[in-house]
Formats: sequence, C-alpha cells, structure tokens
Amino acid sequence: MRNLASLCLMMLALMALPLSAQERDGPLRITITEGVIEPLPFATPSFIAENAAAREFARDIAQVIADDLAGTGLFRQIPPEAFISKVSSFDAPVQYADWKAINAQALITGAVSAGSDGRMTVKFRVFDVFAQTQLGEGLQFGGSTASWRRMAHKVADAVYSRITGEGGYFDSRVVFVNETGPKNARKKRLAIMDYDGANVQYLTDDTSIVLAPRFSPTGDRVLYTSYESGFPRIYALNVATVTRRVLDDQPGTMTFAPRFGPDGQAVVFSLSSGGNTDLYKLNLASGARQRLTSAPSIETAPSFSPDGNRIVFESDRSGSQQLYIMPSGGGEGQRISFGNGRYGTPVWSPRGDLIAFTKQYQGRFHIGVMRTDGSEERLLTSSFLDEGPTWSPNGRVIMFSRESQGSGGVSTLYSVDITGRNLKRVTTPGAASDPAWSPLLQ
Amino acid sequence: MKTSFKLAALVLVLGLSACTNADRFGNSSGQSAGSVANAAADPSSPAYFQTTVGDRVLFAVDQSNLSDDARQVLVAQAAWLMANGAYTAIIEGHADEQGTREYNLALGARRASAVQEFLVSQGVAGNRLRTITYGKERPIAICSDESCYSQNRRAVTVLSAGAGS
Repeated sequence: MRNLASLCLMMLALMALPLSAQERDGPLRITITEGVIEPLPFATPSFIAENAAAREFARDIAQVIADDLAGTGLFRQIPPEAFISKVSSFDAPVQYADWKAINAQALITGAVSAGSDGRMTVKFRVFDVFAQTQLGEGLQFGGSTASWRRMAHKVADAVYSRITGEGGYFDSRVVFVNETGPKNARKKRLAIMDYDGANVQYLTDDTSIVLAPRFSPTGDRVLYTSYESGFPRIYALNVATVTRRVLDDQPGTMTFAPRFGPDGQAVVFSLSSGGNTDLYKLNLASGARQRLTSAPSIETAPSFSPDGNRIVFESDRSGSQQLYIMPSGGGEGQRISFGNGRYGTPVWSPRGDLIAFTKQYQGRFHIGVMRTDGSEERLLTSSFLDEGPTWSPNGRVIMFSRESQGSGGVSTLYSVDITGRNLKRVTTPGAASDPAWSPLLQ
Repeated sequence: MKTSFKLAALVLVLGLSACTNADRFGNSSGQSAGSVANAAADPSSPAYFQTTVGDRVLFAVDQSNLSDDARQVLVAQAAWLMANGAYTAIIEGHADEQGTREYNLALGARRASAVQEFLVSQGVAGNRLRTITYGKERPIAICSDESCYSQNRRAVTVLSAGAGS
C-alpha cells in the first residue's frame, strides 16, 4: 500500500523520489530517472464470466482496462502468458506469492455476468500484491451489454484513482474534425469517439467546412463553427439527437471560436465585423448578447476558468499574438505570456491551475503549459505544426492536432502527459484535427 | 447563389493558376479552351476580370496592409466593378498555414476587409461587396515553404452575377 501510494506522490511531485521508496528494497520501487517514471507492473487476468452470456465480454473488458492503464505510461501490463496463478473464481483467495513471483505489483480481478435482457454487471477488486492487501473495496457497475467498453473504462478509472490518488479520465469522449481529401480541397466533418478511438460516430456530413468543436460542461452538447450558411457561423449541436442550430446569424458578420461557460448557458465567441474581431458573450437561455472586448486588434480563442469568473484569450493588441486574462464580464485584460514567440489557443485546465497553449517560435509549433499568472512556462511538444490543446477531465493529459509538413501534409491527433512524457498518437479513423475532450461521462 | 457557382466555375478554368487552384469551387468545369479564350477577350467578362485585371492581391506574413502592387490591382478592380454594375463580389480573405486556426480566421477577415475598404474608397458601392474569411482552410498552393505561403496569403475578389443588396 505504501508503495502504490508513493506512485501518487511522485506523479504529483515528479521531482524527488520519496525517501521511503528510495530506502525500500525489492521490486516495487518506482524509479524516476531524469523525470522518467518506471511504469508500475500490473496483472489483469481475464475477468470471470459468471454465465454463458458474459463469456464474449469477460476477456475484452480486462483488455480495455489494461489498455487504459498502460496507455497512461504510468503502468505496464504483464502479459498473461507469464501468469502462474489462474483466477478461477472472483471470491477465491489471491495467491500473492504467484503474482509476486512475476513482479505484478498491482493485481486487478473481476467478474462479468450478463442477462438475457441485455443488461450486464461488472465487478472488480484491486490488490497491492507486495503488501498482500486489497486496495479499497470491491465495486460493481451495471449497464447494457452495448456499453461494455464504458464499464471497462469505469473500472480502469477506479483503479487509476485508487493507485494515483487523482481522478480518472478513461470514461470520456472526444469530439474532433475528421479530414479527407487533398490539402487545397480538404473536406471536414464533425465526429465523436470514445477517448481511446472506439465507437466513432459522425455528427455532420462533409459538405461544409466545420472547425474547432467544444463540449458543454456535461458533454450533452457541442459548439462549433460551420460554413453551411456560406459564411463562418457558430452552431450548437445536441449530441444525443444530432440536431443543430445556428447561434448568431447577423448578416455582414462572421462568428467563430465558440466555448461554453461552466454553467452550460454562457457562450463566449469571436465576432468579425468590418475586419475587426472581438469577443462576445451570449446567454443561451435568454438570447442576450454582450460585447466583452472593443479593441481594433484580434481577440479570439477564449476559454473560461473552471469557476466561470475569468476568461483567458489571445490578442495581437501588443503587435503579436499573446495571451490575456480578463473578468468574464469583460474589461481590461492582463497579459500573461511574455516569452519569445507567439502564443495562441489558450485553454484553462479543469483543475484551474494551468493554461495550455500553442506557441510559435522560430518556425516551430509547440504545445505548452503555464500557470495562470504566466509563470513556469513549459513546452511539452515540438513539431512543424502542433496546435489546439484540450485537457483530459482530470487535467493530467493534453490532446492536440499535429499536421505533417509539405503538399501531402496530414493532420492526426496526439496526446501527451503534462510532464511532457508519454507523447503518443491517438487512434482515429483517417486524418483528424481540432480535438476537444469531454468531461467524465455521467 | 447557383448562378455565381456556375460563373465561378467558368472563371476558374481561365486562371493562370487553374492547375493548382481548387479554391472553394473545385476544379470541375466542362468549358472548352476555345470558349475560354473568347470569353477572356471580352473586357466586360468575369474571365477578363480574373486574368487581365487580376482578381487577387497578396500580403506579407501576418499583415493586412496593402502593398503598392496590391493597390494597383485594386484600382483596376474598382474601375472594372464600376464599369460592370451587374456584378457583385465576395472578397475572400486567406492565410497561410503558419498560424493557429482561429487566429488565421481573424487575419483572413482583416485582409478581406482591407480590400473591401479600398474598393469602396475608389467608388465601388459598399452594398456590392461582401467579405468572408477562410483562414488557412483553403490554401491555393500546398507546399510548406514560402513559395507557396506567399500565394496563400491572399484576398480574392470573386464575382457573382446580380445587383447589390
């Protein structure tokens, strides 16, 4: 238990190895070398199928859980071929020695039962093998068999939470722009998928350009920009019914960059009129519209603080693209970015402590994070074109678009831990851009 | 709008850069080279506007101010528009790929507006001109170096048949 807890401490600190872990002998040590954590080995035997109907899900559920955990870069799955013990029953005593022998520091066991009514139950337990104790109580989730992946993600979230002390992020979705066609005639359509690329669904067709979707605070709606009227305008789309409505439709203006406030009613967006782009706020319930900035410069890419009191945005009022924070009712903005280069697309972390951004410097694009006062800037990535960060629900991982260089350039999605570790491609069907991560599903 | 799409398709094949120009209308056109040549010879034709007057101006990196070359083109565009009152125009503002998506939308809007304001200052009725930004969504040249970027940082005056609103 102490050792699993030490992983949590290290995730938070990442600077020094806690003394207790350094002094401890044995295989559970989690070593940090130059900021790299040795992933914690875990075993996830196939879940027990408690009846015939559950058989087709038992192994797959265990695999989704394993993929979720291993995908964080903080855990490493021990291949089932190495197992000595067979888990034949959910309630049988754990043979700790067998799991210790293969260096499984965490063991996750579970069982699935499925009824003929299309419902299923998934239960699980987590064990700290070296401490020979169960980690927290067993839990069970119920749902339809069609949502078996969600139940696996919920189990993985619970395991992740227990071992790291942080909220999970696996039971979540990503809305993004699917891209096809050549660079000079790109076709784009809105798509939604599970965070791991499963269950893709298209929300628009590809007859109009669509850009930069964002989830509502409960994930039930999506804001985005579409050219379906012939001009860029902001839309709200209901995810369940896939119905949409235009939010601002004044002739002679263009609107884009819409984002929800944390109450799900306020929408802040950019409006261009006469060549000038400023920020406005719309109340979805009353339809009231309020102008937030009145400068001849470009003001766009807004993002609310989690408490709804402030808005971070980008402006070129200083002569180049930089980040500013203002009260959510408008008013004087305070510049927070002062490093070399240009800063855009700020996104407030769900924890409230950090701002993710895109930085352009010397012909390269970077995804980075800084504190909300602009201090402690850290660049996490570097490429020909990285842009558009979005936060995982727990504020630990950032997903973004990466476009390759040249006439055959293609955009794909990547994710990276806020430590800069675990940079990896996100699975999508075909090319993709502008990801936006949902909150944890309800 | 339907008319303007047909018109634009006709105009498109005439462009010197038609081989790489997809813009928003695609490359499809059934027009023969013969009719193209004839059309371009008529000074009141949209083809003449595009090829001889010049339908686009280019911008420096992250800028929306008009160069002397751009002003020359726009003076000629204004003269043509005033002589051919049956046409309206949509001015498309574009950016190269070296920028974030939403900033480039705002930049494209600035560029389109700079052209609109100049044309109005030359006497073109404001109600015949509309602007739209495409940001970096519709590059005309697709390589990733300055030879392409300089062509993509543009504002294109796209004609439509019909009087202003």
